Amino acid sequence: MTELRQRAVREPDAPPEDKESESEIKVDGETASDSESRAEAVSLATSADDTPEVLNRALSNLSSRWKNWWVRGILTLAMIAFFFIIIYLGPMVLMIIVMCVQIKCFHEIITIGYNVYHSYDLPWFRTLSWYFLLCVNYFFYGETVTDYFFTLVQREEPLRILSKYHRFISFTLYLIGFCMFVLSLVKKHYRLQFYMFGWTHVTLLIVVTQSHLVIHNLFEGMIWFIVPISCVICNDIMAYMFGFFFGRTPLIKLSPKKTWEGFIGGFFATVVFGLLLSYVMSGYRCFVCPVEYNNDTNSFTVDCEPSDLFRLQEYNIPEVIQSVIGLTTIWMYPFQIHSIALSTFASLIGPFGGFFASGFKRAFKIKDFANTIPGHGGIMDRFDCQYLMATFVNVYIASFIRGPNPSKLIQQFLTLRPDQQLHIFNTLRSHLADKGMLTATTEDE
Amino acid sequence: MLELRHRGGCPGSGGAAAPPPREGEAAGGDHETESTSDKETDIDDRYGDLDSRTDSDIPEIPPSSDRTPEILKKALSGLSSRWKNWWIRGILTLTMISLFFLIIYMGSFMLMLLVLGIQVKCFHEIITIGYRVYRSYDLPWFRTLSWYFLLCVNYFFYGETVADYFATFVQREEQLQFLIRYHRFISFALYLAGFCMFVLSLVKKHYRLQFYMFAWTHVTLLITVTQSHLVIQNLFEGMIWFLVPISSVICNDITAYLFGFFFGRTPLIKLSPKKTWEGFIGGFFSTVVFGFIAAYMLSKYQYFVCPVEYRSDVNSFVTECEPSELFQLQSYSLPPFLKAVLRQETVSLYPFQIHSIALSTFASLIGPFGGFFASGFKRAFKIKDFANTIPGHGGIMDRFDCQYLMATFVHVYITSFIRGPNPSKVLQQLLVLQPEQQLNIYKTLKTHLIEKGILQPTLKAAMDTGKPDALRTLQQGLLKVTGWGTTAASVSHRLFQGSPKHQAGSQCVASPSGRPHTLISPREPARLGSSMQKAFKDGSNQSLNQTLTANISVSRSF
Repeated sequence: MTELRQRAVREPDAPPEDKESESEIKVDGETASDSESRAEAVSLATSADDTPEVLNRALSNLSSRWKNWWVRGILTLAMIAFFFIIIYLGPMVLMIIVMCVQIKCFHEIITIGYNVYHSYDLPWFRTLSWYFLLCVNYFFYGETVTDYFFTLVQREEPLRILSKYHRFISFTLYLIGFCMFVLSLVKKHYRLQFYMFGWTHVTLLIVVTQSHLVIHNLFEGMIWFIVPISCVICNDIMAYMFGFFFGRTPLIKLSPKKTWEGFIGGFFATVVFGLLLSYVMSGYRCFVCPVEYNNDTNSFTVDCEPSDLFRLQEYNIPEVIQSVIGLTTIWMYPFQIHSIALSTFASLIGPFGGFFASGFKRAFKIKDFANTIPGHGGIMDRFDCQYLMATFVNVYIASFIRGPNPSKLIQQFLTLRPDQQLHIFNTLRSHLADKGMLTATTEDE
Repeated sequence: MLELRHRGGCPGSGGAAAPPPREGEAAGGDHETESTSDKETDIDDRYGDLDSRTDSDIPEIPPSSDRTPEILKKALSGLSSRWKNWWIRGILTLTMISLFFLIIYMGSFMLMLLVLGIQVKCFHEIITIGYRVYRSYDLPWFRTLSWYFLLCVNYFFYGETVADYFATFVQREEQLQFLIRYHRFISFALYLAGFCMFVLSLVKKHYRLQFYMFAWTHVTLLITVTQSHLVIQNLFEGMIWFLVPISSVICNDITAYLFGFFFGRTPLIKLSPKKTWEGFIGGFFSTVVFGFIAAYMLSKYQYFVCPVEYRSDVNSFVTECEPSELFQLQSYSLPPFLKAVLRQETVSLYPFQIHSIALSTFASLIGPFGGFFASGFKRAFKIKDFANTIPGHGGIMDRFDCQYLMATFVHVYITSFIRGPNPSKVLQQLLVLQPEQQLNIYKTLKTHLIEKGILQPTLKAAMDTGKPDALRTLQQGLLKVTGWGTTAASVSHRLFQGSPKHQAGSQCVASPSGRPHTLISPREPARLGSSMQKAFKDGSNQSLNQTLTANISVSRSF
């Protein structure tokens, strides 16, 4: 019965006490014992309850069902409040938080791998996993830092060398890890070691690349970070509410608690929410401006002239809605149109990320990814729907909002050989001439 | 005993005379019949098999039939089986090498197709192994999804890399322009469709298998497809960047084997007991020498040395250019001890040969780790060879496992030490911008190129024809471009009608060899360059005016 109280995204099948689940999946890395991780869901040994004592006492009077509901509710509010505080603190703190979330997700998934393969004490493997995480993060952060902090990097000599040979250094570091892996292959454990190697790399692919795309979006403007994430969270909550009140037709066999009514209701509610939220946020410069590094003050600034996307414009309402609302035109930010696309993606495709995680948990017979958040499971449980959203937003921005950074292109151009520069220049000239952008007076041909 | 005949570099653990396993056959669809009945057995038992702690309880894949062609069998029927195998391997080796030469002769486009074909075959081989390991050949949708993901990722990479080279061709077609501009979005949408299909195809009893195959597919894509695209990018840099690394790896295989055969005594690594330190070190030195000589021989020909370009008028790939400094003989003075040995003061080398030492060193020292990785993989999954494609050698993957890391290394090496960003990439990004931004960039670039003396087409036209109105047009052009007002006219006048050495012909030619003649005093260009950048970045004419003032003051020095 408590299942009805769950948020529509996640899929516990067992009574809530078991969600504070197997002690083996505790994130402090206790050694797995063999059988529990593969036992049937219902027969999991109950383990320590992670709910803080304070909450336990306050809610001791209620029945277990309501208690769980309250625990989840309080934790939800706590997380949302925490989110607001971080936003207030600024982009640098946000970046650090994203980094921490990434590391925690990586740790959770790798720990599941240890449990599945009973490979916790494979030689070298823990070291190698963390080493690969470090390498890939170094590579991505180097690329990001080089792009956004170009002037800072050019000033400091060691940084300049690091950034010039960045790819080579990253590749060398990765190679060292690869060679260590080959040298660590032990006769009886080849298959396990290869499995863990594959597991680590797929996890890196999923977790680390997404987190760096999130940071890229963040640097584009905090609104590109906040609106998508809020849409996904809103879709979670709304789909659950609609499912709770109106749910009747099951959606997918993989998650039997999801319903079509919840899905569609969540879709419309999320679109409306996205429109309202982007309207509210587009008014503030601190959300809308790209994050830049100011040389003089040596800090991040979000101060700029808002682009066309964030200036109110007048749109004509189509006939059919005019009669309903009674207005002929409406003032909107163009960004709100984009937010409809983002919300649509969050509601229609985002849940597939949740289904993927549900399937993963069923495949490996675990309740939750970990036990970090009482009432909710691990960090990965909360972020599974965000998985695809970050990539989508990044691709969306690159395709529809802006192209590549023009000054960065100039920098790249200037590092080319003269004959290459000439070739590019000529191609550009003929391209512009084809388009009719070059008049006879600007061009002598 | 057969193992001794193996090439020292990269082969797997087993002998090739034993009939190779039938992974190659599996593609034809004759998977084990018990797989269907296994589905109904207890899931934990099956997973216990897959996830078992040690390798010992994993069943060995049964061997399959011999694929050696009948001709060879008849010709060699007289010899004993040991020599027969040796001859088969030898003949196939020579066949592969001649095929390689033939394709090189046919040109870069054929090479590109060859690389693509090899990539698809390697992917197929590894995926087939996955099917065998997990007995998942008839999982719903999975074969379709694996090939679909392969197609998606290839589409993405080809759009990013190869389409750059077809930029001129693409400009003519409207639909292709649309595809290029929204390329990332289209690729992402295609990938998403595959992802959603995967999620919808999850079937109750097979979750774990399906996730395993999903991960297996993605890791395979990561390994094979990205490497193959890096190979193609190296190829476009110049065929020598493709040939010398690959030949170095092959040479290292062969010479390490030979040294191991004749002098081998100390085992190298427990993973491959046939490898010896003597083979390793002997292979290293001979590969360096080989690379040095191969680089010397290939550097002479424009065909190998020039970047591959697509000419729209001829509608084909051409490799014609002025060889860069890397491929022009230079004199190096020898260190003293070599002087005594060779009795020469200096030696003429191509700078590329120095780079080839780095490439050969990597091929000999780190390349074998790719081979060890593949050996470990084969032992882990208890297979003799990746597949059965080449008689006597195993699958395509067996031949290319040492190349695995080489392609990435060469690509990283080129981007770090040889040249900067890919010019076609820069061009592609330029073409994607908004027209106003393109125009701004065009003006900035033009100014930069003129100031560096790399570009003076209008000046050349003006000088050659000697028409005064051309000069006036040029002045007006400068006015329009920079909006600088009358000061620009005076600047241009002064610049173009100054001292006689700036007259026609002497230095008004774009010089691709990279030694620009400058109109402006050579002391200044770098500073002007960066201030031009700043001017563009600020987007205001204020700094442009300041830059111009600096420009004028410099030009007054004439």
